[in-house]
Amino acid sequence: MGRKILFITTDQQRYDALGCNGGSVARTPNIDALSQNGITYDRAHPQNVVCMPSRSTMITGQHVSTHGVWMNGVPLPEDAPSIASDLRQAGYATALIGKAHFEPLLDPFLRFTENRIGNQRKTVDDPNHPHRGFDHMELSTHGAVGQLHYSQWVRDNHPEVAGGYYSVLDQELQVNAQGGGDTNAPQVKLNPIPTEWYHTQWVADRTIKWLESLPADKDWFCWMSFPDPHHPWDPPASELHRVPWRDLDLPAGYVEDRQKREKILDDKLRHWRGWYDGTFISNYEAPARWVPATLTADQVREVNAFTHVENELIDDAIGDVLRAINARGWETDVDVVYTTDHGEFQGDFGLLFKGPYHVDSLMRLPLIWRPAPSAQAKPARVAAPVGHVSLASTFAHIAGIDQPAYTQAPRLPLDDTDAVQLGHERVLTEWDSVLFGKIVHLRTICRDNWVCTAALHGTMNNFGEGELYDLSNDPLQHINRFDDGSVRAQRDDLLNDLWDNLPDQVLPLRNMDAPV
Amino acid sequence: MGTVRRHAFVECDADTVWKFVGAPERLAEWFPVTNCKVEGDKRFVTLAAGIVFEEDIITLDHDLRRFQYKIVNNSLIKFHLATVDVIEDGPTRCIVVYSTDMDPEVLALPIAGAASVGLKKVKEIFDRKTKH
Repeated sequence: MGRKILFITTDQQRYDALGCNGGSVARTPNIDALSQNGITYDRAHPQNVVCMPSRSTMITGQHVSTHGVWMNGVPLPEDAPSIASDLRQAGYATALIGKAHFEPLLDPFLRFTENRIGNQRKTVDDPNHPHRGFDHMELSTHGAVGQLHYSQWVRDNHPEVAGGYYSVLDQELQVNAQGGGDTNAPQVKLNPIPTEWYHTQWVADRTIKWLESLPADKDWFCWMSFPDPHHPWDPPASELHRVPWRDLDLPAGYVEDRQKREKILDDKLRHWRGWYDGTFISNYEAPARWVPATLTADQVREVNAFTHVENELIDDAIGDVLRAINARGWETDVDVVYTTDHGEFQGDFGLLFKGPYHVDSLMRLPLIWRPAPSAQAKPARVAAPVGHVSLASTFAHIAGIDQPAYTQAPRLPLDDTDAVQLGHERVLTEWDSVLFGKIVHLRTICRDNWVCTAALHGTMNNFGEGELYDLSNDPLQHINRFDDGSVRAQRDDLLNDLWDNLPDQVLPLRNMDAPV
Repeated sequence: MGTVRRHAFVECDADTVWKFVGAPERLAEWFPVTNCKVEGDKRFVTLAAGIVFEEDIITLDHDLRRFQYKIVNNSLIKFHLATVDVIEDGPTRCIVVYSTDMDPEVLALPIAGAASVGLKKVKEIFDRKTKH
């Protein structure tokens, strides 16, 4: 019997969301305990800051340029490498419960397996050749519409609450800008759904059910994937008492003074200010009819409060699953890996949501590896830069199988010494968006406590432009030093390292088959 | 307005391919839809998710090898125009081009994705089937 793997992901969660990372609002004791007993990575970046490309990196162990899911709406090919397939071949039972999103959600033709099995209320398409190597899939996204299993479950069992969720899309199928709550903040809604029917608890309940179905001596890999705290911000209204929004301090990244805020934005690549002013919307997931410049301090407080509530519910749900694992007598043999796919502005720079903006708000993520206690690994905090591209190798390492040849990075390190030995010197992030003529391409490296972003030719930026931030002295990334002559050598060294280490992009780019 | 275009080079003469893709009632043989019914200048297309599109056939030009249709009477769709062209590229080769202009613009993307599946199917059927 080997080590079992519980891989927990959230969606659109910041590094500072958790108590173990300095978060002071949401109470996350279960995740904090994983950190205390495991390895916590303080400089973990995704390889892309939206869902589908980032999740595709997790399952393939490849950079975006290689797996080719360059933007939301570009499906990961059915035959793409999958670490779940390798683990299954090694004898593991495999499951993905919650948000997958390797394939587009807007799929009226039901071309994609995720939607098709949800529509058919099946948990596997072909048991002999399960989709992406998962024996069992029960899928969810951010509400009760669409084809996925959770939506079907709500509509079958509790149809009276289906309409309580925020309507993610408006009548023109754009991401909804409608405001709600006390402050009329976009994508905020008071949701009357009972907590036990909310998707966070559903994901935990279905995970527990699947784990209970396994023989005691079976090795397993379970990807438990919470859709929260991604917008819309519509947690059960009965839970909002946990974090009254009026009591919240504004986040450090929110610049209250409008003039100062806009000066900071103007020093960045031009597409930042274009979005802030509502003139250049390059990411479908940001409501096209919402202008960030209208965001108020109270709206920032309310969005943050709802987010903290969602984070607490996730922590509660994780506690339920860990107790179920312990009840099976597996507690010493289970590795737990916790992360998210990308971050969220939550008011930083006067912005919400995400997009082509390579700063800590979106790139610095929670990542914790609590090795199975039987492995007797020492708890540590790792400062070295690491990325999701190392996850597949890490799962292979835990399972005792060779690192698959298709993966492009070593396993996660056990400590900073191990990081040096494994070669964790830098972490890379890419952005490509081409949406009805609005084009942004970015390539970013983080190394030696600097973040350097190179723009490629696009609608608003030109090759040769970029951003450079000194994380040690400018942790909020307010000062763009890309054109500062005093750090030119540093910048050029980072750019050379970026181009030397980024895999060549597989061309031609595959088609976008949906906006998301 | 969303505008998208997909194409495929097919190793077959244009007339043979046109007889197939230019036949409105044969859509379900190549496009990923579950049912297709033609009644005069109307076509009714059923998608796998259960949605039924009512379409007006606008152009069916056998000389130009152009087929155009519009989705109509749909509360969500404000404008739609799809165009299928089969363009001769020598005696044994042609290009099939599928274009869609659409409002709401984002719906153009899944339709273009489905068109890619359809064009791949057309290639599978007709590559190297030129009549001599």
